[in-house]
Amino acid sequence: MNTRLLPFYATLLICVLLYAACVIQFPNMLSTRVLGNLLTDNAFLGIAAVGMTFVIISGGIDLSVGSVIAFTGVLIAVLVTQHDVHPLAAFAIALVFATLFGAAMGAIIHYLDVPAFIVTLAGMFLARGLCFVLTTQSIPINHPFYTTLQGLYWRLPGGGRLTLVGGLMLAVFAAGIIIAHFTRFGSYIYAIGGNRTSAELMGVPVGRTTIGIYALSGFLAALSGIVFSLYTSAGYSLSAVGVELDTIAAVVIGGTLLTGGVGYVAGTFFGILIQGIIQTYIVFDGTLSSWWTKIVVGILLFAFIALQRVLVFLSERRVTERSMARSTG
Amino acid sequence: MNRFIPPSLTKAMPQLLSLAVILFCNYLAFPGFFDIRFQDGRFFGSVIDVLNRGAPVVILAIGMTAVIATKGVDLSVGAVMAVSGAVAATLAVHGYPLPVIVIAALGVGLVCGLWNGLLIAFFDLQPIIATLILMVAGRGIAQLITEGSIVTFTDPGLIFFGTGAFLGFPMPVILAAILGVAAILLVRRTALGLLIEAIGVNRSASTFSGINSRLILLLVYGFSGLCAGLAGIIAAADIRGADANNAGLWLELDAILAVVIGGTSLLGGRFSILMSILGAIIIQAMNTGILISGFPPEYNLILKAAVIIMILLAQSASASGLGIFLKRELKPAKIERQEIRP
Repeated sequence: MNTRLLPFYATLLICVLLYAACVIQFPNMLSTRVLGNLLTDNAFLGIAAVGMTFVIISGGIDLSVGSVIAFTGVLIAVLVTQHDVHPLAAFAIALVFATLFGAAMGAIIHYLDVPAFIVTLAGMFLARGLCFVLTTQSIPINHPFYTTLQGLYWRLPGGGRLTLVGGLMLAVFAAGIIIAHFTRFGSYIYAIGGNRTSAELMGVPVGRTTIGIYALSGFLAALSGIVFSLYTSAGYSLSAVGVELDTIAAVVIGGTLLTGGVGYVAGTFFGILIQGIIQTYIVFDGTLSSWWTKIVVGILLFAFIALQRVLVFLSERRVTERSMARSTG
Repeated sequence: MNRFIPPSLTKAMPQLLSLAVILFCNYLAFPGFFDIRFQDGRFFGSVIDVLNRGAPVVILAIGMTAVIATKGVDLSVGAVMAVSGAVAATLAVHGYPLPVIVIAALGVGLVCGLWNGLLIAFFDLQPIIATLILMVAGRGIAQLITEGSIVTFTDPGLIFFGTGAFLGFPMPVILAAILGVAAILLVRRTALGLLIEAIGVNRSASTFSGINSRLILLLVYGFSGLCAGLAGIIAAADIRGADANNAGLWLELDAILAVVIGGTSLLGGRFSILMSILGAIIIQAMNTGILISGFPPEYNLILKAAVIIMILLAQSASASGLGIFLKRELKPAKIERQEIRP
């Protein structure tokens, strides 16, 4: 059995067990309404997490996503309410801006050879600062187009609603899986994450791919910002603080190795669902405070990282045993 | 070579120059910037305020410098601050004596740091991930301790840590100065600093040459946690309460930034605690300058980002090996060899 898939199976199993445990305690959780809400409530987190998965598989990290989400929301709110721009045009502007922003960070990381951590930290400050410069107030968006978009949903059997944003998240995950496993760009990402030097020697265009990865992450963060603005009908410069950590947590819980080279977009999906289920459980329970989410997510993070270490250790030992057997035999 | 001598002036030139420029800008924006008056047994003035407000980041930066020198990073310090502040406030409310409160809060910080160190040194986790766990869970734990509310206290002894004065200087400044001097003496008067740098340059090589890398890593992260614990006490004492959500929020980033501005490379190796302290003061001078100049504080973050980008450019220009400062960035290993010479 492929040990690389083990963390993914573990995530899947925990997700199912967690949901089953919740259903046993609260039978009402077994409904398409809850599932639909789970998708809607975590849509923005999921979309940003897809971008983060690619960044982490490539061996990098992107701390700027939360700020970019907030900036997108504020930019759209300002454009729509103060400059009478149609939301669709505002969406396009935000997406283009964030993609260029991500590409610029990727270019700095590659050409100046600076750790991604510190470059995206600067990006995080910059994007959050731009939010404050645009406005420090929370701007509500009351555009008829927004109402239309928010009203769109597909009724699931059992009364649940798959809203537009929930559906968009599923579409982004599907697209992410296709990019990761069925395109040349996807193989480049895995190659760079596995070993940058050998990837370069094999002829992978490292520079172009690195820029592409961070541009993609920026694009998805902006898309996530659009979803967030549809979800909250407002733009606020202090929103989405710490989302980058939630997404990194989801990616790690989903079985992606933080050293790069190994990971699955689908795993991230279940990582998001696990966080969502914990939150839903806390809402259903009613007596637990929301900070239990943080503690449980922290414990899960630890558990998954420990699991990965054990697997890596086992596979390394197997490799050395095999090579020793070969050299002696 | 006497290792206690602070880094020579030439090496510190870019940082000193930027501090001078920032202070001069502050002076232009607010002519009374350098005024200091003595009142009620302590100094008052904008410069003192810079030092006072900067003290928590200075304390964090001292611990963070050692961590970064081992090629690691400690993302949890902000959350650890919240935990230690929560412990201090809760104990103060329950009427425990001051020594118990301080030791408990520092102890909690130390334990958090040792936990990070354990994961990194003995389980070989990447530092960024290992400390991420506590960064996520820490605020939850802090809220668990304060039971979700902001705990306010009136213990005069504890409040003294945040707003008191000793020898005319605010208490946080005194504490930061004592910690800074102690840390510099510890790493430069003993071989500890050298061992830390060796681990940062090449951990396996250091282990093979007989350095107990695991123990030192454990101690370094424990020290960082201890620093965060102290900063947490100061932050809580300053507002006379523990706010689990906001205490120390984003200060880990400020501390990392201070270390990077101070010229310690994120890739480990050569480090200077004094320069990191200078870096922290530069950041605070910038923050204060923006505030007193009447500039909207919204521009603070943009300026910070601009500073980081400029430093990145300066460090990467080092690849071409121009200038003394830049050369130092280029070949940390080579300088290392020179340092060991008697």
